[in-house]
Amino acid sequence: MSDTTTAPKSFQEIILRLQNYWAAKGCAVLQPYDMEVGAGTFHPATTLRSLGTQPWAAAYVQPSRRPTDGRYGENPNRLQHYYQYQVLIKPSPPDLQELYLGSLEAIGIDMALHDIRFVEDDWESPTLGAWGLGWEVWCDGMEVSQFTYFQQVGGHDCHPVSGELTYGLERLAMYVLGVDHVMDMPFNDPQTPIPLSYGDVFKQTEEEYARWNFDVADTDVLLRHFDEAETHCREILEAPHDDPKTGTRIVMVHPAYDQCIKASHLFNLLDARGVISVTERQAYIGRVRALAKLCADAFVQTAAGGWQPEGAA
Amino acid sequence: MPDLLIELFSEEIPARMQRRAAQDLKKMVTDGMVEAGLTYASAAEFSTPRRLTLTVEGVLANSPTTVEERKGPRADAPEKAIEGFLRGAGLTRDQLEERETPKGPVLFARIEKQGRSAAEIVAEVLEKTIRTFPWPKSMRWGAGSLRWVRPLHSILCILSDEAGAEVVPLEIEGIVAGDRTAGHRFMSPDRFSVVNFDDYTAKLKRAYVVLDPAERADVIWHDATNMAFASGLELVEDKGLLAEVAGLVEWPVVLMGRIADDFLDLPPEVLQTSMKEHQKFFSVRNPKTGRIERFITVANRETADNGATILAGNEKVLSARLADAKFFWENDLRVAKAGMEPWLEQLKNVTFHAKLGTQAERIDRIAALARVLAPTVGAHADQAERAARLAKADLSSEMVYEFPELQGLMGRYYIAAAGEDAAVAAAAEEHYSPLGPSDEVPTAPVSVAVALADKIDTLAGFWAIDEKPTGSKDPFALRRAALGVVRIVLENDTTLQLGDGIGNHIVELVRRWGARWRVYYLAGELEGRDHWQPAMIVVSEDTVIEEPFSSYETKKLFDAGELAWDEKGEKPLPKLPEICASLLSFFHDRLKVYLRDQGIRHDIIDACIAMEGNDDLTLLVKRARALSDALKTEDGENLIQGFKRANNILTQAEAADGVEYSYGADVKFAETDEERALFAALDQAEAQIEPALQQQDFATAMTALAGLRGPIDAFFEAVMINADNATVRRNRLNLLSRITKLCTSVADLTRIEG
Repeated sequence: MSDTTTAPKSFQEIILRLQNYWAAKGCAVLQPYDMEVGAGTFHPATTLRSLGTQPWAAAYVQPSRRPTDGRYGENPNRLQHYYQYQVLIKPSPPDLQELYLGSLEAIGIDMALHDIRFVEDDWESPTLGAWGLGWEVWCDGMEVSQFTYFQQVGGHDCHPVSGELTYGLERLAMYVLGVDHVMDMPFNDPQTPIPLSYGDVFKQTEEEYARWNFDVADTDVLLRHFDEAETHCREILEAPHDDPKTGTRIVMVHPAYDQCIKASHLFNLLDARGVISVTERQAYIGRVRALAKLCADAFVQTAAGGWQPEGAA
Repeated sequence: MPDLLIELFSEEIPARMQRRAAQDLKKMVTDGMVEAGLTYASAAEFSTPRRLTLTVEGVLANSPTTVEERKGPRADAPEKAIEGFLRGAGLTRDQLEERETPKGPVLFARIEKQGRSAAEIVAEVLEKTIRTFPWPKSMRWGAGSLRWVRPLHSILCILSDEAGAEVVPLEIEGIVAGDRTAGHRFMSPDRFSVVNFDDYTAKLKRAYVVLDPAERADVIWHDATNMAFASGLELVEDKGLLAEVAGLVEWPVVLMGRIADDFLDLPPEVLQTSMKEHQKFFSVRNPKTGRIERFITVANRETADNGATILAGNEKVLSARLADAKFFWENDLRVAKAGMEPWLEQLKNVTFHAKLGTQAERIDRIAALARVLAPTVGAHADQAERAARLAKADLSSEMVYEFPELQGLMGRYYIAAAGEDAAVAAAAEEHYSPLGPSDEVPTAPVSVAVALADKIDTLAGFWAIDEKPTGSKDPFALRRAALGVVRIVLENDTTLQLGDGIGNHIVELVRRWGARWRVYYLAGELEGRDHWQPAMIVVSEDTVIEEPFSSYETKKLFDAGELAWDEKGEKPLPKLPEICASLLSFFHDRLKVYLRDQGIRHDIIDACIAMEGNDDLTLLVKRARALSDALKTEDGENLIQGFKRANNILTQAEAADGVEYSYGADVKFAETDEERALFAALDQAEAQIEPALQQQDFATAMTALAGLRGPIDAFFEAVMINADNATVRRNRLNLLSRITKLCTSVADLTRIEG
């Protein structure tokens, strides 16, 4: 267990403290989703679980990819692969702001010395057909988190409303640890026999992916995969709900949603390759949104989405 | 009489909404109270990031009991009628009273409305206010269904007098109104109760909350200016930012920080915009050099280290931001110094409007038009064209991508860096002006040429494709563009035949781009993919026919029946003369608004618009001013009466006789001195007016015209037009015709009202 009264020493300690904090506050600490996503919101634990009436509380780290943000590891705070820390609680508790501030204290931000502000920032994800109201949270003028009350996801009104917290881990950790370049940030404890910096772990991959994202990724393949993912997503959802083999009702939301996630990431890759024109952009985003909507429609037809068989109380 | 105090305490309200929300709270609550008969002496509203507060003083303890008397049907009316009346009044038969009236016995109802307590009314009004509050955007939270801008946590609602405070009983979705509130989120978070407004503000201040946004703004402004002054610097005023920042803090603490030396060479506007947009910092300028050297940030708390940690954090964030800005600036300068070609090239891929082509195509049009306009405004044609070609290049720059509000200004820097003439560089910034009614208009000839060309191209284009503003919808700011043209022309005293300008430009537009306006997409399989292919086609019989297809391949496919016109969205376009007339009258409408603000009546403008040459706005306004001045004199005012009388008699006679009395008035048929005097006066006035009009000296013309007032009045006084003698009558009618002709040669006086 880390001691929250002392300053954290590494990137991973900040993550561990957040995990411990939110576990103590009753969240299920999940693991990252095993697919390429653009943000923690795409994890089905957020997108799908924010739908329907079932209560939910989860926290997790999500590796996120934004191919266009790649800078070959040169930029002090821009990466094509980075970590988000995501918390989703449904219904949003009345003391969510206080819970959130507690998490900042847990990672060593002294509320008596810093200036924390909730600055209007309404969140919208055109690809997920989702929006919410909230703030970006500033610590001494720096955005350290996004705080959102989900109002709509996949075109569905959220009822009850989920409270979502997203921490940009690298930026937050750099601030807490007083590091100016992300690659210089200690990943593990600098006092250990084998100290590793963020750069030791990720500098090379940032270079490799930046080159691939911008110049090498085969756009024909990506375009074809996009079309395939789109088609397959629809096919999965069009399958009858009753499984002929087991004779049970199985709505395959998650497999379909995986295809939606794929399509979204493929779009991001195509965007980074610069093959999508301004006018086409909207069309692609609309195609992914249509998939997200279909998945949301299907999710509320499942038990986790609050569906009950006819005649059930 | 009790005072009412209401506080709605929530999570952080967006700064831009606070002021309006507090005003809405005041209006909705006080209106609701008054409607329920609960009057008050005064009310005031306040807001902080977490609360909307309303204080109402001198509230009636109870609404008065009112009695309303309503007249019903006659006592002997059918039962159905009486029942209907009872239903409408919500009464029973025994509550009606029968009275004798001149029309017989009539039933009267006395409806007494019992007064209600202030608490009861306030509870009702406040609940309705909260449930129907007009937030620009509102949300739900938790499992509830109440909507508010952000989660609403508590309601303070008390009525207080000398005896103490009474909580207004009210509960909305589990939130029970009370007499408690909380202090500053971090510095004094405990909740406490209050007994009245003074107690409330005093306790809030002790709990590190300044309730009044004006007071917070004052504190910020005062501390910031002092802090800057103490360092020999000055604060750059920004009222919008001040109001916003005052809405982000409950306990403002002003801190001044340094901008790292690396960034001091950035253009001051870039520093200022980056600091304001991203960080909500004020800029602090060195008055000697004009450079922005420091910043001021406003924290929401005091700290043991006097803000040192906060300031260090803010400086760090700013450095990261400015490193981006510097990166953009340096990259942009490289492109600029090499001639900006890649930027212009990039504009070929930026659509301005589907039917009006890309930005690059638009620039071509503007450049051609600027060239044409240049001599009129005293600019060199080559320079005007060059300026127009470069004026929008900065739209492709990284800096303008990041800060769109710097468009034009960055263009000026970059064009100057490219070694172009200063007048060409200035046009990049100035050609967007004027942006608002109070914004200055460009005066430098090159800027004027480009500004006019830019606006006329926009207007002509949207008119040609028939996308004019309707009602409140004006997505392309065409009203602003037209007012811009009006102001540039008038304030520079430019002589410009807009009609020709518009007409020729539209013809040019149609010749080059009109092809896209009607059927502009062909559907079909092209290059193996679903594709929409721009096609060229006839617009209308008035306009030029171009090759109907963009490419030979397209035509082959069309001929083979593999392509078909897309019928969707097709609508017949107006013809050229209609377009020009409609656009000219749009300019005239803007002109009327503009001149009305300067005290010139709309009928005076109408009288001048009806004259020839009305597309020369400068001429039009000269005429209108002269007419307006003349009408302010007693002679002028009376002349109008005389003119109208002459015109009426003449029109009636012409209608009755079926002839036109238009010439041949001869002094030899004059019978009276007044008649002869009028002849003489007209001769004299004509001799003055005609040359004056030729020289566009409307003042002289109007004065000469007004001088006719005396002779005309005397003429009508002494002479009967419809004389028995037909010759005399005809002569007098012809004389009237001379009056009206002379008068309307100056302006169409028939349009003057009154």
